[in-house]
Amino acid sequence: MSTPTRGTAEATPSAAVVRVSFDGRPLEVAPGQSVGAALTAQSITAWRATRKGERPRGLFCGIGVCFDCLLTVDGAANQRACLVEVREGMEIEGSCPEVPSEEPGGRA
Amino acid sequence: MKPIVSTDVAVLGAGPAGLAAAVSAAETGAAVVLVDAGAQPGGQFWRHRPETVVPEPDGRGHHGWKSYLDLRARFDAARHQGLITYLPGLQVWMAQQNQPTQADDAGFTLRTTPTVAVAASGAGVGAQAIVARRLVLCPGGYDRQLPVPGWDLPGVMAAGGIQAFIKANGILPGKRFVIAGTGPFLLPVAANIAEAGGKVLAVLESSSPTAWLPHLRAAAGVPEKALEGAQYAAVFARHRIPYRTRSIVTEVLGSRILGMDRVSGVRTAKVDVEGSARPGTERIYEDVDVVGFGWGFTPQMELPLSFGIETRIDADGSLVGVVDERQESSVPGLYLAGEVTGVGGATLAVLEGTAAGTAAAGGAVVPEKTAARHRRFAEAMHGAHPVPAAWQDWLSPETTVCRCEEVTAGQIMEARESLGAHDARTLKSFIRAGMGWCQSRVCGFASACLGAGPGVSPTAESLSGIAKRPLAAPVGIGELAALDADDH
Amino acid sequence: MNQGSDVLVIGAGVIGAATAYFAARQGLSVTVIDKGLPASGTSSACEGNILVSDKELGPELELTRYSLGVWHGDLGDHKRLWEFESKGGIIVASRESSLASLNRVMAVQTGYGVAVEELDQDALREAEPHISHEALGGASYSEDCQVQPMLVAAHLVRLATEAGARFLADTPVTGFLRSSNRVTGVKTPRGDFSADAVVNCTGTWAGELAALAGVSVPVLPRRGFVVVTEPLPPMVHHKVYAAEYIDNVGSSDGGLQASPVVEGTPSGTILIGSTRERVGFDRTVSTNALSLLARNATALFPFLEHVKAIRHYHGFRPYCPDHLPVIGHDERAPGLWHAAGHEGAGIGLSAGTGKLLAQALVGQAPDLDLSPFAPARFGELSTGEPARHSSSHHPASPQSAEHQSAEPREEASA
Repeated sequence: MSTPTRGTAEATPSAAVVRVSFDGRPLEVAPGQSVGAALTAQSITAWRATRKGERPRGLFCGIGVCFDCLLTVDGAANQRACLVEVREGMEIEGSCPEVPSEEPGGRA
Repeated sequence: MKPIVSTDVAVLGAGPAGLAAAVSAAETGAAVVLVDAGAQPGGQFWRHRPETVVPEPDGRGHHGWKSYLDLRARFDAARHQGLITYLPGLQVWMAQQNQPTQADDAGFTLRTTPTVAVAASGAGVGAQAIVARRLVLCPGGYDRQLPVPGWDLPGVMAAGGIQAFIKANGILPGKRFVIAGTGPFLLPVAANIAEAGGKVLAVLESSSPTAWLPHLRAAAGVPEKALEGAQYAAVFARHRIPYRTRSIVTEVLGSRILGMDRVSGVRTAKVDVEGSARPGTERIYEDVDVVGFGWGFTPQMELPLSFGIETRIDADGSLVGVVDERQESSVPGLYLAGEVTGVGGATLAVLEGTAAGTAAAGGAVVPEKTAARHRRFAEAMHGAHPVPAAWQDWLSPETTVCRCEEVTAGQIMEARESLGAHDARTLKSFIRAGMGWCQSRVCGFASACLGAGPGVSPTAESLSGIAKRPLAAPVGIGELAALDADDH
Repeated sequence: MNQGSDVLVIGAGVIGAATAYFAARQGLSVTVIDKGLPASGTSSACEGNILVSDKELGPELELTRYSLGVWHGDLGDHKRLWEFESKGGIIVASRESSLASLNRVMAVQTGYGVAVEELDQDALREAEPHISHEALGGASYSEDCQVQPMLVAAHLVRLATEAGARFLADTPVTGFLRSSNRVTGVKTPRGDFSADAVVNCTGTWAGELAALAGVSVPVLPRRGFVVVTEPLPPMVHHKVYAAEYIDNVGSSDGGLQASPVVEGTPSGTILIGSTRERVGFDRTVSTNALSLLARNATALFPFLEHVKAIRHYHGFRPYCPDHLPVIGHDERAPGLWHAAGHEGAGIGLSAGTGKLLAQALVGQAPDLDLSPFAPARFGELSTGEPARHSSSHHPASPQSAEHQSAEPREEASA
């Protein structure tokens, strides 16, 4: 492991930053980080709302098992934030706090 | 269909067991394909920062890093010689035994799908099918979870998830941590946090050090574990981390921060030997932003189970595969190593992977005394850190058990009482507990316990019913459509 | 030990549960036994259809319409318990030839009183905005409904017990009690159970059970795979299937067939069904079947190509060679009754089957004539061999012995 930084807010002492956007908002994040880590480092800890209770969800298992941390990456829906590595220009979209209405239309 | 790779031995998983299996099989003379969901070798245990960013990781915060470097050097050498084909970033969604066309050796097929969307990975990775005469499955495991009120708040993570976060990203997921659950794994997680600059307010262990006493002889057989323990003790002392035994989190407290609910603290209690909270021992930790839970590990059993292998319940209550001394399962040609044969740590996983890889490549396997010692140690460890018998008492009817489908403990208990749903599979059918995205990986153990009823351990049948996952990973409908009609 | 009741129902799937419920409501003393838990067979591995649209004209359609009335009437107060959904079905035609066939079918169905409405291309697109642009038109069936079948079985068992019935799980039948040629009860590891009437509601295992009583009931398994997607916002609003589906339902072709049946569920997942294969009780996952389902479904709803499947399941539909269920008293073994072999329609037909059988059990004339479903239609012979007599209607299945190796549990669930 490389030299750990202290605390979440500081950037990794790496040469470059990676510019991504989260729900349209530009973010500068450290290269090599997962999307989940990059968001968490920006104090964004939830980016998805559950379908029934509209409960906020972010990282949980951290290793791709629980699917709690799903978000949309460059248009690809339901990607696991803990597994996707940030890349320059990446467009990240969550489903929080704008929760789409999930009342199925066919459910009369 | 995408390209099909044929080989002598396919190894699934690039953690301690899988790396050892691949290297051993190659060194025994087999052509090997190693397929792994991760982007680089190491698995969860030796997860490290992307080598594209940190080309030479120094192994800080890792155990057995020398063992990793040794395996990695042999792995790189074997790859260089063309003996190992390495396929990272692919998840196996289905494993099949091929229809025997001749007398024997029909072999196995693994069908894969990219772990992350191709566009997101930035690579041209496509799905591939792997056909192999022998198969070594080393899928590892993940933190076992018990639900508790508030555990679905953002900021609550699996203990192993916190560690993976630190190892992979070099930063912390928060500032002030409480780690709770049971088992020795809580110690390295807390130590990793502290060494990375985080504040660990407490480590809460539901068991007690006195539970160790009957098992000291087994521990003595594995001196390196004692050394590890001493190292953690030093870290804990240096960072003043309180280690509270017979203690649990009874509730994760949340508050609304910037319009979003998240962790703000925990309510804790001392427990008796059964795990029941003792009145008057409540305590609240405030200003907590990350809570880590771990109750041992759950082996990833869906791929082994898809072959119908013989299973058993291990000392920790987990469903695991039965293997012989060569790590061969009840299905000829199918080998298992690592957590899926019993949770026992990385050293044991390497020994098992070595045996499995060697055997799969047709080499002779000498029974390892070291492995036997590690298994005894693991068994002692499991005995000392049981899932508390009374854990179901911690739940309130509103507590979410299935995080994906948002099924509560109250709904489960009602289905058990009024509809006769006594096993996890039936709970899944009736009320969708375990039916969602994670396919019961997270709540399956708890759901099986709740179906069985208070204080009753779930049966192998119940655990197996919920651990069978006809798709071992999500796969695109378009990918299914692209399978060739004549491709079995 | 002898535990007596008026009626002993074997099998706690939807058919057994409905039979027990209506028998108990008739004032009969009822015992239900199952070798496992409720709804652990085909009831937990299907799609929960209550379809009018796909039924053959004749006795099957009659039973369907009767059953639909029971779902809405006798069971109407309980709809919420089992997520009853009047979602409606839409049959889609993507070729001129199939559109012509569909129009002919609609005309005949209308004559039989089926509520069906023609959908032109625009109306179809309005009903299902994500349908393929290839779709030329369709037919809308407002009576088609859906339930969560496991909850139907579980709650009907519960309601039956509240009406006085007894339920015992994990109680497999090992043999029958006889008094001369009369069936007077069953043997189980938990003791003997005697009853005036023993009802075989064991679905795909009905033939095996009947053989224990020395009678032939040729119920065979037909395997069906269903693929389930990740949860999505509502994209598919009805049960949507292709015009070819109707042809497959009554088919006696043993090979792999699939027509797209695509529907959204309240939980957000989309179910993609369904293959029909005669492969006995083979549980091997078939990539051919998965692939065929995926291709057909994406042809109907192209957006599915970019959607992920998170699981699949398969079930064994119990069918008889003439594709009609077996319902009623078995004169060849007096005291033994059957209610099985409903093929892919068991959920929908369960309510009507249970009510009609309960009427017959108390000696009333059933609301609907059950003679087309009589067990004796399979011949007089009292042998363990599945009969092939009915092959005058359809070619006999070459796999007639394949139902010998039943396993106790489905491995996947809906």
